[in-house]
Amino acid sequence: MAFRRFVSHKAAVISCVILGLLTLLVIFAPFTSRYGVNESVQVPPNSFLTPRANAWLGTDDIGRDLYSRLIYGVRVSLIIGLLSALISVTIGSLVGAIAGFRGGKFDDIMMRITDLFLAFPFLVTLLIVRNVLGAIPWIKPLSGDMNSVRFIIILFSIFGWMSVARIVRGQVLSLKEREFIEAARAVGASRRFIIRQHLIPNSIGPIMVALTFSVVGAITGESTLAFFGYGPQAGDGATSLGILVGAAKGAVQTGYWWLAVFPCFTLVVISLSINFIGDALRDSTDTQLDRGL
Amino acid sequence: MTETILQIRNLHITFETPFGQVLAVRGVDLDVMKGEVLGVVGESGSGKSVTFLATMGLLSSRARVSGSIVLDGEELVGKSSQQMRSVRGRVMSMIFQDPLSALNPVHRIGKQISEMLQSHQEFTKKQAATRAIELLDLVGIPQPAERAMQYPHEFSGGMRQRVVIAIAIANNPKLLIADEPTTALDVTVQAQILEVIKRVQQQLGTAVVLITHDLGIIARVADRVDVMYAGRNVEQGLVDNLYDHPSHPYTRGLLRSIPQPGKERLTPIAGFPPNMISPPSGCAFRTRCEFSDEQCETTIPELIPFADLQTACLRAHELPNFTVTQ
Amino acid sequence: MIRYILRRLAWAIPTLLIVTFLVYVALRIGTNPVESYKRSNPRVTPEKIRQYIDINGLDPNYVLGYFRWLNNFVTGNWPRSIKGSREVWPALKDAMANTLRLGIAATVVGVFFGLIFGLLASLRPGGRRDIAINTGAFIGISIPPFISAILLQLLFAVYWQRWFGSSLFPTSGVYPAGHTGFDLFLMLKFMALPTIVVAIQIVATYSRYLRSSLLDVLNSDYMRTARSKGISERRILVHHGMRNALIPIVTVAAIDFGAIVGGLIITENIFSYPGMGLYFLKSFGDGDFPLLMPWMVIIVASILIFNLIADISYAWLDPRIRLE
Repeated sequence: MAFRRFVSHKAAVISCVILGLLTLLVIFAPFTSRYGVNESVQVPPNSFLTPRANAWLGTDDIGRDLYSRLIYGVRVSLIIGLLSALISVTIGSLVGAIAGFRGGKFDDIMMRITDLFLAFPFLVTLLIVRNVLGAIPWIKPLSGDMNSVRFIIILFSIFGWMSVARIVRGQVLSLKEREFIEAARAVGASRRFIIRQHLIPNSIGPIMVALTFSVVGAITGESTLAFFGYGPQAGDGATSLGILVGAAKGAVQTGYWWLAVFPCFTLVVISLSINFIGDALRDSTDTQLDRGL
Repeated sequence: MTETILQIRNLHITFETPFGQVLAVRGVDLDVMKGEVLGVVGESGSGKSVTFLATMGLLSSRARVSGSIVLDGEELVGKSSQQMRSVRGRVMSMIFQDPLSALNPVHRIGKQISEMLQSHQEFTKKQAATRAIELLDLVGIPQPAERAMQYPHEFSGGMRQRVVIAIAIANNPKLLIADEPTTALDVTVQAQILEVIKRVQQQLGTAVVLITHDLGIIARVADRVDVMYAGRNVEQGLVDNLYDHPSHPYTRGLLRSIPQPGKERLTPIAGFPPNMISPPSGCAFRTRCEFSDEQCETTIPELIPFADLQTACLRAHELPNFTVTQ
Repeated sequence: MIRYILRRLAWAIPTLLIVTFLVYVALRIGTNPVESYKRSNPRVTPEKIRQYIDINGLDPNYVLGYFRWLNNFVTGNWPRSIKGSREVWPALKDAMANTLRLGIAATVVGVFFGLIFGLLASLRPGGRRDIAINTGAFIGISIPPFISAILLQLLFAVYWQRWFGSSLFPTSGVYPAGHTGFDLFLMLKFMALPTIVVAIQIVATYSRYLRSSLLDVLNSDYMRTARSKGISERRILVHHGMRNALIPIVTVAAIDFGAIVGGLIITENIFSYPGMGLYFLKSFGDGDFPLLMPWMVIIVASILIFNLIADISYAWLDPRIRLE
């Protein structure tokens, strides 16, 4: 039933198709990209070439094919987005569910902490947490160096779980008041049973929505970081969508429009698609959608 | 000779829904006399509320209304929303089931009554405020002057419903439609509200349509009764007559299903309410009626006089005498 | 009501202290103030380092150090920047003024248009106008601000210049280089692009908020009562509909505004607009503790104050919430 409602959202379905195609393109990277990520298109002069036959989207400052780099870059960013979102949602759902279900001190403390974090300007907290994380010695073996992809994934996981926790907590709180929970309790269902059979299935909807928005948040956040030069810097010219977008700023002034337009366009398309899907998910899993006559 | 204040003829109302066309009202005829209390009884889905929402012009644009609704000599079907706005609140009013959600939470009570007064009559703000306090007093709210400055959430359920009534009668309407006004209230408060309605009706000479599914309320307050099922009238008549010798199987079923001391088992009406997208052919009640035969399947019954009632049962004259216990 | 306000204010002080303490700890761990100091002043003497530690409250014991810093901060004894020993307050004051100007302009424009669009959309839900506005808002939210900033720059500055000779809107700074004094027209010209960028996000967000809130209200029972009174559509919409629908919006707007002081970093960076954002990026990059801490205090104070304003206005607007 929810599935049927979902597919009635045309924008969401189109988004799924687009994202699906993009994912396929990106997974089969060595075959779908035309050059390596650090490979020059041709012998110099090869910098800043406009889009043409042997470089569909033009080249960058040292002659690398933008199209290929975009594919590899999107791959990195998608991985970052998906992994950090998965971790965030796992941790966040657990914490949120417990906080909502148990209430009491744990709930209070959790809410104050998340309130605090979420109230601060995003970039400020991001940068500060990034630095603090990087300065803690025992994190290093787990996360790798501050510029590694692993680190960024961990960073966004830490950020992401808090929003998810609030959403799940909210859902659990409202579920707790519903009569069917009261009824389950009245017939003697154990707490664990209630959580397993009632709370979790009814929370799947909001959790999935939270998942999609976490992915978008992470991808956009990675771009923001890269924009300021704090993005992932894996060696060998490896790149991420964020880095490519970050380079757009300079490209604007100099008029190399393809270096700005294509990465930005890709980011917007990905962001829009995931948002559409998330919105449609939210609509289709909303059990209280009867509005008006 | 009492005149009719409201005359509904051949009213049909359908709704477009994603699941199909819902035939909510399928040919309703009814009259309301000036100054009387008409009880309209039926289960959910019988079309009783929809009929009067249509009378007030409060249905959404998804509803298709055809037929005739004449209020105080004026045809309402086909009026523009502008025209309806001048009728609503002035010639007729409606009150609804849940008093808390019926009142705007951010406006003071007095102001909500004044608004009603000022939109249809020439009142200054001060005059309206004074009149509002008088109205609160009329419906039995103690310390009306102070209460008028309070907000809805500061009132109890019964008090709020009195306020709702005060708003509805502010402009001395000729017709008051009360859609399940006591359903959301405690039994003791129910009696009070009914008493308020009755008192107001007698003092102002307002005709009242009392929509409910509760036969006890009808017995207490109504002069005449109209029973509805599946979007049509099923039986009409004076209260005492209807309760004493009901002629339609549905009415009988309703009366029999009232729990009585001494009766060991409850006797509900068999079957389920009909699907209003495709109701049963002929008499819609036939699927639950122990007396139905072939003609009930093919003919849609009209209201015809039967003894001192009007009935829509094709076999009314063949039914056994009515006893409450069976 | 007064008691409620006083109670909240009383809570605000310890909250402020705790949060600034956490910020203090985070900055010390994250930016390593002493090292940064040494890095910026390579030929500094141990004596100077000791003075630096002293005046900034950088004791090994974080709690003691915090209170030392707090003492200096409250008594106005502010340490100077590690770069060139500049005074903190003048730079901070200017940055704040610039950001506030941008923030207020964008908020006013954004909320105004956002509410209008939200209202238009909810008048006929599901209609073509509604779908158009919704989609527009959706796209507005999905485009990260730095992309719209870049695109607008591209369009209005670079290409406009190519096509028409001079750029329609400048792309950086508050005034042209070397300008002194106050010039409203110039200021507006320079503020135009950044304001539009920020306003896009605000318009998109608030149109959705209002649409959702208004639809909720329009479908509620008291609207039915209002209609059954036979009063005019306009009165119903404004007096009953908007009056209720705006309550959550005002609250959110207050909170959002509290966050705007530190929330325009990206936009300021792209347009080289010397506000709180650029101030932060520069001092953070340098690890300039004396510059950073006051900045943080302003941010925290702003958030707390506007949260309080939000709560108060919510209680004032919605009688159900008034806590005695």
